[in-house]
Amino acid sequence: MPILEVRNIRKTFDRTEVLKGIDFTLEKGESLSVIGSSGSGKTTLLRCLNFLERPDAGSITVNGEVLLDCSDPSTLNESQIRRKRLHFGLVFQSFNLFPQYTALQNVMLAPELHAKEEHVHNFDREALREEAAGIFADIGLYDRMNNYPHQLSGGQQQRVAIARALILHPDILCFDEPTSALDPELTGEVLKVIRKLSEQNTTMIIVTHEMEFARDVADKVIFMDGGIICEQGNPRDVFNNPREERTRQFLSRYSQK
Amino acid sequence: MDTILEQLPVVIGALNVGFLQTLKLFAVTLLGAFPLGLIIAFGSLSKIKAVSVATQFIIWIIRGTPLMIQLLIVYYFPGLVLHNPIWGGGEQGRFLAASIAFIINYACYFSEIYRGGIQSVPVGQYEAGLVLGMTKGQIFRHVTLLQMIKRIVPPISNEIITLVKDTALARIIALQEIIWAGQAFMKGSHGISGAIWPLFFTAFYYLVFNGIVTVLLAGLERKLDYFR
Ligand SMILES: Nc1ncnc2c1ncn2[C@@H]1O[C@H](COP(=O)(O)OP(=O)(O)OP(=O)(O)O)[C@@H](O)[C@H]1O
Ligand SMILES: [Mg+2]
Repeated sequence: MPILEVRNIRKTFDRTEVLKGIDFTLEKGESLSVIGSSGSGKTTLLRCLNFLERPDAGSITVNGEVLLDCSDPSTLNESQIRRKRLHFGLVFQSFNLFPQYTALQNVMLAPELHAKEEHVHNFDREALREEAAGIFADIGLYDRMNNYPHQLSGGQQQRVAIARALILHPDILCFDEPTSALDPELTGEVLKVIRKLSEQNTTMIIVTHEMEFARDVADKVIFMDGGIICEQGNPRDVFNNPREERTRQFLSRYSQK
Repeated sequence: MDTILEQLPVVIGALNVGFLQTLKLFAVTLLGAFPLGLIIAFGSLSKIKAVSVATQFIIWIIRGTPLMIQLLIVYYFPGLVLHNPIWGGGEQGRFLAASIAFIINYACYFSEIYRGGIQSVPVGQYEAGLVLGMTKGQIFRHVTLLQMIKRIVPPISNEIITLVKDTALARIIALQEIIWAGQAFMKGSHGISGAIWPLFFTAFYYLVFNGIVTVLLAGLERKLDYFR
């Protein structure tokens, strides 16, 4: 059984259809790269998966549980959405760290609030702290975790954002162009962290314009164009022998750069 | 005729009484206008068109007319037009009327500052909270509130400093605040008349009070300087 099944997702903004029926599945431990030109609907797809946008049609199933099915009103209940979106994590292009908290506090805030809300009496703050510290060690920021976001470089901030998503143990971690807001010399450190996560078999969906990275790291690639999946498959096939003319054109534009 | 030195204790005593009334009006206005301003801000940001338009209309009226007129209307309207002088004739009634006029007026100014503060927090902060599974309330309290406060402290400080001086307007409905107390010695009070120097003393009270308020607010601003 795939960990994620996306069926016929459609989304229209002010009469323009941005997603025109997206279908794909993802197996546990796989990483999926989503490529495609600007405006093709990549961000909208990730936002639908994270319940930041409500699709007009389609279904999202995680581990066999139907999280959302637009034809079944019982799955659209607002009060359930908060629990459902925790199946997914999302790392934004612009990091969106909370400026008033240190890196460590950014990472610990959500799990602390969840514990408080669920009245966990024996909540072990120290254990959470240690787990967070472990993640900071993994991403190479152990000595910076008491810094505030404005004291960190963009690459460091984005790594903290990844840590903040990881600590909630999402089933599927999504990245929306995680390096696009970074100076070229800082992209490497972020890509290295994502590569490492992939080696540890973290299930991921990565929207990216880093073609080389997509080819090397992903188990599967989706090329989107005009709100549909134009082509999908394993990276070797899609990058070396694209079946669709549009994929070929898109890739050749990139290889010229 | 007594010398100024002999009159001084009497004058200071009367000014202190007036100043206490000034201080009370200042404090009550802030206590009322801070929360009321937030409610008005939410009203003007409401997704229900009728609510936001109505709220913005009220804000426009209050900010577009002098506080002095608002004071007079709040104080005299019930008695002269409704034939129901709800404030009574005493100092307590005048204080109540002044408080209400000041609270409404300042709440409208604060609401616009709050609104700017709310809108200045990037939507990405809110979405980051959502994605981490926080409730709207948690996001407001733990993520956006402090960022809002940081952005509104400087403009709110300006309003607070203006309020220190605006309290003097309450004299128009004969509230016995410090300038009223100082002016009384021109007309004659406590056996002193034709003396203008007590009025200069009131200016000194304002300077000291404003100095203290300014220093406190600058301290708050500095305290929030630790993040960007
Ligand atoms: N909230 C919205 N309201 C109206 N239109 C929107 C909204 N969000 C996205 N769109 C439109 O939907 C289309 C797809 O946008 P989307 O951000 O998903 O593209 P993308 O593939 O992520 O592009 P990029 O590579 O530039 O990030 C665009 O034409 C965009 O203008
Ligand atoms: Mg995008």
